[in-house]
Parts: sequence; C-alpha cells; structure tokens
Amino acid sequence: MRFTILSALAALWLSAPAAAFEIEEETIFGDGPVLISVLSTTDTGVFAPLIAAYQAQNPDVSVRYVVANSQEVYRAIHDEAAAFDLVISSAMDLQMKLANDGFGRAHDSDAVAALPRWARWRDQLFAVTQEPVVMVASRAGFDGLGLPQTRAELVQVLRDHPERFAGRVGTYDPVRSGAGYLFATQDARQSDTSWRLAEVMGRLDPQLYTASSDMITAIQNGELALAYNVVGPYAQARLAGDPDAVVILPEDFTHVLLRTALIPTSGEAPDLGRQFLDFLLSEAGQQLLSEAAGLPRISAADLADGPALRPIRLDPGLLVFVDPIMRRRFLDEWTAAVVQP
Amino acid sequence: MSTRRASATGSIRRRLVVQLLVVAALLSGLLYLSVRTVAATAVDTTQDGILGAATVFIAEELRGGEQGVSIEIPYAAFSMLGAVGQDRVFYRILVGADTVTGYGDLPLPDWVVTGLEPRFYTVPYQGAELRVGAVARSVLVDGAQVSVTVLLAQTRTAQQTISRQMANRAALLGLGFFVVAAILSMFTARSVLRPLSSLAQALGRRGPQDLRPVDRAVPSELIPLIGALNGLISRLRAALDRTETFITEAAHHVRTPLATVRAQAEIALRQAGDDDTRTSLRNLIRAVDNSARSAGQLLDHATVVYRSDQRADAPLDIAAVLADMVEGYRPTATLRDIDLHLALPDQPVQLAVDRLLFESAVRNLIDNAVKYSSPDAAVDVSLTVAAARAHLVVADRGRGIGQGAASTLTRRFTRGSNVSDVVGSGLGLTIVRDVARASGGQFDISPREGGGTCASLSFPL
Repeated sequence: MRFTILSALAALWLSAPAAAFEIEEETIFGDGPVLISVLSTTDTGVFAPLIAAYQAQNPDVSVRYVVANSQEVYRAIHDEAAAFDLVISSAMDLQMKLANDGFGRAHDSDAVAALPRWARWRDQLFAVTQEPVVMVASRAGFDGLGLPQTRAELVQVLRDHPERFAGRVGTYDPVRSGAGYLFATQDARQSDTSWRLAEVMGRLDPQLYTASSDMITAIQNGELALAYNVVGPYAQARLAGDPDAVVILPEDFTHVLLRTALIPTSGEAPDLGRQFLDFLLSEAGQQLLSEAAGLPRISAADLADGPALRPIRLDPGLLVFVDPIMRRRFLDEWTAAVVQP
Repeated sequence: MSTRRASATGSIRRRLVVQLLVVAALLSGLLYLSVRTVAATAVDTTQDGILGAATVFIAEELRGGEQGVSIEIPYAAFSMLGAVGQDRVFYRILVGADTVTGYGDLPLPDWVVTGLEPRFYTVPYQGAELRVGAVARSVLVDGAQVSVTVLLAQTRTAQQTISRQMANRAALLGLGFFVVAAILSMFTARSVLRPLSSLAQALGRRGPQDLRPVDRAVPSELIPLIGALNGLISRLRAALDRTETFITEAAHHVRTPLATVRAQAEIALRQAGDDDTRTSLRNLIRAVDNSARSAGQLLDHATVVYRSDQRADAPLDIAAVLADMVEGYRPTATLRDIDLHLALPDQPVQLAVDRLLFESAVRNLIDNAVKYSSPDAAVDVSLTVAAARAHLVVADRGRGIGQGAASTLTRRFTRGSNVSDVVGSGLGLTIVRDVARASGGQFDISPREGGGTCASLSFPL
C-alpha cells in the first residue's frame, strides 16, 4: 500500500505538476485495470472500509481517493475541471453551487430514487449521510452549573460566568473552514440567538478551529469547556468512553449536515462514479457508512425521532452565502461579533 | 309467397352513433386543449408570481449609503424558489451598467428595466430555458441617484413537470368525457330510433287482412312517412278490392252464360229426334261442361292465390268441415256407384286455416278421386292426427297417376298422361299445392298400393 501511494504521488507529480488545488492526501486502492477517481472531504481512514467493500464487489476497479478541504474540492471542480468521477463533500452550499451551475451530471437509479426528497436535489446532488451538528461540553468545565440544552441557555451561562469560560470555548473558524462557514450561516439564518451567542463568545476570547477533531481533542485534554458546532458522529465516536465529555444536541434546533455526492461533468468515467454512488446508497453501503465509518445513514425515521433535528435544506437558499458579496458581508459581521479586540 | 327484404343503404343508428362520436371526440380534444392551456397558464402565472416576489424581495433589501450600494440577498428569496420544484437558480445584480454580483453573463432583457413591478422574459442560458424576473430601483449613493437592476432567473423543470402532469390529467379527463359521451350517444341513438322501430314492430304485428290506416302518435319527423304509408295502404286496399270484385264478376260472367248454353243444349237434346243431332248436342254439352269446369278451376286458383296473400286464418274444426264436404259429394259419387268412405277422429281437429282455402283444396282432392275412379270402386277419405300434424288422406282405386312424376302433376295446366278422356283443367293439384304452401302444410301424391292414387295433405297443428 505504501508503495502504491508513493508511486501514485510520484506519478501525479510527474503528470500534473500544475495541479493547483491543494490535496491533503491521495491514495490508490487496488491495482485493477479500471480506475475511478473520488474527490472527498472525508478522511481516507473513514472511507477505507467502504472502498474495500466496493472493490470486493468490483475487483477490477482500483480507487483513487483524494482528500481535500471543501473549498479546495469546490475549486478543483469549479475552476479547474479536475477529472474526478465522484465528489463527496460536507460543504452543502458549495456542492449546491456546483450542481446549480451545471457541473453535475444527471443520475437516475433505484438507489437515488429511494432517497427522501430532502436528501437530493434534482438528479444531481445526493445525500449519503446525515450528521447532526452538536455542542460538546466538559462536565468538569461546567462543574456546578447546569449543562445548557439550548442556545439561549448557553448564552445565559456564558454571560453569567465570563471568568470561568474565558478562552475555554471553541468553534469553527468560518473564514478558513467551509463546514464552519456553512454552520455559522445556517445558524444566522435560523435564529437571532446565534448572533447573541456569537457576541457572547466573542467576549470570551474563543478558540477557532478548522476541524471537529481538533475541537474534540481540546475538550478531551481540558483546554476547552465547550465546543460549539461540532460534527456529531465524530464526537460520539471519539467520546464514547469519555466520562467527562457530553455531546449535546441543542433542543431549540439541531442542524443536520448532509454529506452530498455529485458526479462532475469533468470526470472521465462517470459510469463508475454512478456505480460507486449507488453502492454508497445501497443497503450494504449505508450500513457500512453507519457502522464502519461512523457516519449515520440517510434515514427519515431517525430524523423523526429527534424533533429538533433539522436537515439543512438542499435548496437554492444555500447559494445566497456562496455569493462573494454575501460571504464577505457575513464574515465581516461574524468577525466583528466574535473576534473582538 | 316470400317477402322481399329491403336492401339497406347503411344504418341510421350507426350513422347517428358515428356522428355523435365524432362530435364527442372533437369536444374531448377541445376540452383537453383548453384544460391544458388553462393549466399551463395557471402554472406559469404562479411560477412568475413566486419569481417576481423573490426578485422584489432582493431589490427591497438593497440599501444606498456613502460607501456604495449595500446588497443583502435574503435567504428566503432563493429558498422560496425551491418551494415548487427543484429548479436551478441564477441571478445578476447590476449597479448602473456594472455587474456587482451574480452571473455576469446572464442575458439582459431587450427592454429597459424600470420600477419594482417585476417583468419577465425567457432566454436560453447554459443549455436550459430560463425564466427571468427583472426589477429595478434607484438608491441614493453619496447623494446621487443610482439605478440598481436585479435579475433573478429560474429553470422551468418543475413547471414542465407540473404541466405534463396537468396534460396527462387533461388527457384522462378528455378520454373520460369521450367514453361517457360514447355511451350516451349509443343510448341517444337507440332512444331516437325507438319510435321508428316500435312503428315497424306494430306494422309487423298486423294481420294479413289488416289494412287499416296507421293511426299512431309518432314524432313529427315520422308524420310524412306515416302519411305516405297510409296512402300506400289505401291504394293497396283499393287494388285488392278491385281484384276481389273482378274475380267475383269474372266468375259470374263466365259461369252464367255457360250455364245458359248448357241448359239450352239439354233442352235441344231432349227435343232432338235424329241421332246425329243428339250426338252433336251431347258433345256440345260435354264441351260446355269442360269449359265451365276450367273456368271454375281458374277462378278457384285465382281465388286461392289471392287468398294466400289475404287469408283469414281462424280456428276451424276441419273434421266437421271435411264431414260436411264429403256429405256434399255423396250424391255425385252415388250417381257413379262410387262408395265414399270417411274416417274421422273422435275429437274435433282444430286448425288455424283459411276456411275457403281449405275447402278449395279438399274439394279438388275429392273431385279428382271421384272423377278418376271407375264405377263400383271406393274412395277413402281419412283424417288422422299424429306427431302434432293433421293428416288428410284421399285414396282411390282409380287409374293412378300414370307415367309422369308426382311433382309435375302439381304444375299449372299439367295433367297426367293417362287422363285425356276425362274432363279436367290441370289446375286441381296446383290449387291443392298452393293451399298447402299458403297454410304451412305439405302436399304429397303417390301411387296407392294395390292400384290407385293416394293424395295426402298435412298441416301442423
């Protein structure tokens, strides 16, 4: 495997030295004669079991799995027309923009037809997982205080105890993280409380992160008392045995992130992309995503169980905050609220 | 006599049904088209309404200021476009002539965009048809008026889907309408033609002698037909009356002079002295007899033919009639020393026949039997009932039917090859056969075992 990665990297280096978008990791699984290229924001380790299962069904397909952050993923397809057969990203707004602007190929199959209406947009964008966006609190950090269950309660407790939480709250940096930007904009759209929360957090010298995993680590080693807007499944997996950390699904509303897949027009083997997508949406694929990858499967029933769970809607509204003017405007306001001198 | 069937030149009902179906099909098509058009227009209007509202929504959030135009696209403005279907959304915001955000290549309309009342146009863009809503408003930037144009565009996939569904429903509606109309048109055709068929049935049910004028309440359209029919009936009745009168007159006019000639000849015979004259007179009488008989038979035959068409079938005890007729012939038979035997069933035999026709047939059979029998012979007349038929048999010991086949004897004016010495017209058996046919019976003539002839006439009971 190591040899494969090295040689693949070497090959990439030689063949495409001008690849402008920033790759975090590239792996080639298997050595079958047919190659499918997948561009994803999800870590290779998380997706490896799915790729293995897919290759068990299709032994002649080798999978090139490239990881990049969501903005780079968007740039690779939108600006550079990079040759990928499937793009899986957690940045719903950017994926929506790609689909809306005609970068996606149509796909129709039994698997995508079975998706609930909220889990697909046209025949181009398909949700493969649903991940609640949560708060993670440290019991020790909240010692003597009730754990907040809603944003309003969180605002209250932070406002009442600035000395305790100063420098000990963390959240995504929307400037650097696509997921963070999506969560922040959805918060802002959903309620005014989120702006109050941003201001209260701003007064507490918040720590800003680009990945959920870093926030979870910071909770575990006691640096943070509260992490706001953490991708739930990661937190649940990491904190399963931790007696101190508590995953809180806000009761006022809990966004549910849909990890979406799109078959880009720039791909060279779109049919393989379709095949891989259908596999991800198949019973076997969904089960593997839930159990091996720890990314909850698409399930309307699970959503119905949590009344506060609200999947972020795959509709043109997502395009609003992709608009450069709107993005600048939002980030200005957010920075003004959170990053206080 | 068989009724000639009228030849049909198409069917009124079929023509009526076909024409009603054509009208129904046209109306169904019209219904389909109008429902489709109305539905498509309604969908268009609704979609334009939403698009327009979203466009105005964006425009209203535009603010002037010292720094320039502040643009804030409301999330709901885009989100509401996704309410109906999942259509692609494009937008372009211009300050003056400069595109400040959105899709810079989104085509502008041909006309100048003014005012907050949204106007719409359709353009091709990125391989799709776009519906664009356009509004403009002016804002104050640093004290100067600046015009800002907002274009918001949407593909029309959802609308097309809805229109297609509507079209399908409209088609179903049209089809349903057609089916109902088709069924109704069958009923209509039937009910329209009902007076005609009930008139035909009423006429068909009439007895053969019923030549009354048709006196039924009919729809006004049938009154000319009834009028023509009644005219025909009255002419027919007049013709029949004339025929009947003619036959009676002819019988009278032929028989009476012949009877007078015969009577005069007999008187002359009685008074004549010499043998030659007597022989001549006897020959004369014989010839007159022959003529009278022929004339009688001819008239009989004519009567039979006439009555076949105009017969008055009434229940008749043919046993009684037969007994009367045999008694009537007995003197003639006795004169020739012929024994006339009659065998009748115990019960009366009821038969629905025309009395005149029946009597005419029986008279001819007995007359033949008596005529061709030699003196001292016997003629057996019997009536039996078997297998739901009445069999009347007249059997003699005469000279038989000779060489010719039995069937040729029933031809008009055909006589047996062995009867030239006996007075006859060759019409007797023809009359019998005609009566049998007219009454639904059957007539057979065959040689009798042991010599003679056996004529049998049978009628269904």
